[in-house]
Amino acid sequence: MSMLHFIPLAPFIVAIFIPILYKAFRHIHTGWFVLPLPILLFIYLIQYLPFGGEPLTPIMETIAWVPSLGINFTVYLDGLSLLFALLITGIGALVVLYSIYYIANKREEPLNNFYVYLLMFMGAMLGVVLSDNLIVLYVFWELTSLASALLIAYWFHKEKSRYGAQKSMLITVSGGFAMLAGFTLLYNMTGTFSVREIIASVSEISTDMLFIPAMILILLGAFTKSAQFPFHIWLPDAMEAPTPVSAYLHSATMVKAGIYLVARFTPVFGGQAEWFWIVTSFGLLTLLWGSVSAVRQKDLKGILAFSTVSQLGLIMSLLGIGSAAYQYEVIGGESIATVAILAAMLHLFNHATFKGSLFMVVGIIDHETGTRDIRKLGGLMTIMPITFTISLIGVASMAGLPPFNGFLSKEMFFTGMLSGASLDVFNVQTLGFIFPIVAWVASVFTFLYCMIMLFKTFTGKHQPEKLEKEAHEAPFGLLISPIILASLVVLFGLFPNLLAYTIVDPAMQAILPGLLQEGEQFYVNIYHWHGFNAELFMTMGVVFFGAFLYVNLKKVQETAFYLGERDPLNWFYDNGLDGLITGSTAVNNVQMTGKLRDYFTFMFAFLILSVGYMLIRTGSFAFDIQNAAMISPYIYLVVAAIIISTIALPFMNNRITAIVLVGVVGFLIALLFVILRAPDLALTQLLVETVMVVLLLLVFYHLPELKKEKFTPAFNVSNAVISIGVGLVVTITGLAVHAFSNENPMSRISDYFVENAYALAGGNNIVNVILVDFRGLDTLLEVVVLGIVALAVVVLIKYKAKEGEDV
Amino acid sequence: MLDIVIAIVLGLLSLSILICTGRALIGPTMSDRIVALDTIGINLIGFIAILMIVQETAAYSDVVLLIAILAFIGSVAIAKFLEGGVVLDRGDS
Repeated sequence: MSMLHFIPLAPFIVAIFIPILYKAFRHIHTGWFVLPLPILLFIYLIQYLPFGGEPLTPIMETIAWVPSLGINFTVYLDGLSLLFALLITGIGALVVLYSIYYIANKREEPLNNFYVYLLMFMGAMLGVVLSDNLIVLYVFWELTSLASALLIAYWFHKEKSRYGAQKSMLITVSGGFAMLAGFTLLYNMTGTFSVREIIASVSEISTDMLFIPAMILILLGAFTKSAQFPFHIWLPDAMEAPTPVSAYLHSATMVKAGIYLVARFTPVFGGQAEWFWIVTSFGLLTLLWGSVSAVRQKDLKGILAFSTVSQLGLIMSLLGIGSAAYQYEVIGGESIATVAILAAMLHLFNHATFKGSLFMVVGIIDHETGTRDIRKLGGLMTIMPITFTISLIGVASMAGLPPFNGFLSKEMFFTGMLSGASLDVFNVQTLGFIFPIVAWVASVFTFLYCMIMLFKTFTGKHQPEKLEKEAHEAPFGLLISPIILASLVVLFGLFPNLLAYTIVDPAMQAILPGLLQEGEQFYVNIYHWHGFNAELFMTMGVVFFGAFLYVNLKKVQETAFYLGERDPLNWFYDNGLDGLITGSTAVNNVQMTGKLRDYFTFMFAFLILSVGYMLIRTGSFAFDIQNAAMISPYIYLVVAAIIISTIALPFMNNRITAIVLVGVVGFLIALLFVILRAPDLALTQLLVETVMVVLLLLVFYHLPELKKEKFTPAFNVSNAVISIGVGLVVTITGLAVHAFSNENPMSRISDYFVENAYALAGGNNIVNVILVDFRGLDTLLEVVVLGIVALAVVVLIKYKAKEGEDV
Repeated sequence: MLDIVIAIVLGLLSLSILICTGRALIGPTMSDRIVALDTIGINLIGFIAILMIVQETAAYSDVVLLIAILAFIGSVAIAKFLEGGVVLDRGDS
């Protein structure tokens, strides 16, 4: 067990002690006990960054978990894992710090719950990004879903929180299951759960029949988690969570798990046309849909949620285009498609920084004014100057303005899209021209909602009467984390090459292994000024059209499109869920009627169908009278009497008559036993028959007076069909078995009993010797059955339930 | 000779059982049915006795005795049910 194994496990270990610390130190905010852990992990992880310029060597450590199934807890740290792990621990530390001031009421809030869930999430997320084993990855993946649902429903007394938690749980867990199925298919093809080994055997499996299904199932998992269209609907509803949770889970880390998965599997599926088109088109669709929907939101967190959806789509589409890198030769550390991966990794990092700070800022506004509704806010610029500055930086970065880091990744994004359009593989020539157009339109809307968010909140008229509290600047503690993140936005905006060979290049090498020569590195040079090229004009166009739309916002606001706030896709989810419930209830009501008669119908119908199908399927119909016994004429008469009584039985309209008839049948069957030479059976049959008749008489005495003499079984066609069917099926089966035994004669075990009854057991009555000697255990248990029945009868008669008591 | 006699007797007895079954079916009163059931029991005694000759065994002598007892008990039970509606009386209390 190496140090690396403790990175994902440490949060779980600390989480165990949180409730104890919470109870023991009520006067200290529990968050202070949590804070050191992510900081320590962050510092530990940062040592692995390749500062010296030589490439990062991946580290792999394994401990066995279920080695017989190939499931080992393998921690694999390469550039991609490191990027994510740094984001998780770094932003995790900032979020914990922020939450200490945000959830400041330590008496009333269940802080122990909050930090246990948060640590559980942190550990699970680190596990996802560090696992090399697919099953371990899946386990941590589901833990993130669980922790996310728990955190969304932190204020579980609110109905909307529970709705949001349930929705996110249902969507992400169904995606998770699909992903598990995909992993299983991969295992089926390669015989290993290790991502490394799967990548090594890609060339063998890429023609497999299960390759494309595995790809689609894994993508389902990634798309649900990363809120891609049409599974993005859970993310806006997850905004009911406390703001630190939204900042951490629903902008910086968990929603990027799907991105991680896509990036991680690019070496496996990249270079396939299906992967390229699915990932790129869903990414672009999400980008456009998210940015357009964000414009309609009136709630600041709603804007940010759809903005996150849109930006995740952006990263996803870049990963899709970048996957085409496998079709090209890399010259000088770069090819036409690798630039897209570069943009994706850069934006992934940038998005985490500015989106985290924006969520925290929104939390501050909510905290200090009591509302997040942009129609109630306004004119906060002079009241909350620091908050405004942070917002300005974050929003400008999100909109893609220089000199912030968002500008760099937005330029890269356009470069990626333009190079994507100029690819000459996978039939990109036909539809590729759409990529930059969609990207550009989405950027215009991004610019628009960024302006709405900033100006509606901080400029205009201050409306103190609409606010629940008197607005004022936030306490310093609440501002530390967003200030740090905003500084990073500026820092990496001004000096982007700090990231180039420390973070971006190792991540690219992890996503695109095997493309570079030994010792070579991807060419990463990020700079602000590219000269007058297409990207620059596109950015200028975005700014111009965005500003134009914002100026004419009044006209846009009047349209029904702007007024509707909820995503129309929710209709499918809500009605789907309702339909599922009503549909299942309906199906249940059809079969679970509560009537024994119906259940018997189902059972017998099933018997007829299954046995009948089997008979037809195997062609077992056979009629063979070989080895049949001679029948004396008198037996026909006896059997005729049995048949007549049996057929007459259902038509009796008097209970006593029915009993007498049952008695007749029983006596005649005893006679048959005699004819077939079974004296013990005949004796027992007679006794049981008589006792049963007496018992039935005893029972009938207690039947209600009024109905005592009137009893006519109702005739029912389906019952008749089913009963005849059962009789036919059983008869045919008996005949078929007889014919089968004629064709395949086997020696009988009874010969053994006949020979050895006296020699071994000292008895002449073979039946009795079998009952008490050869097969004595059965007899013992049947005696037990009789005993239990006797006791049950006594209990049923003697036990009188009291008022309100149930058995 | 004996075989033919036995075959005829068995045939007659089963015919008798069949007719008794008919009586048990038709009724019309409950007493008719009970007497039919009782008669079937008595017929069975004869039947089984003949079968013992056919199968050359004495294994069914118990069965014959049992039927004699049971037919009696059964008839008494049903008769008592018809008479008073109760098969088993409760103790005096």
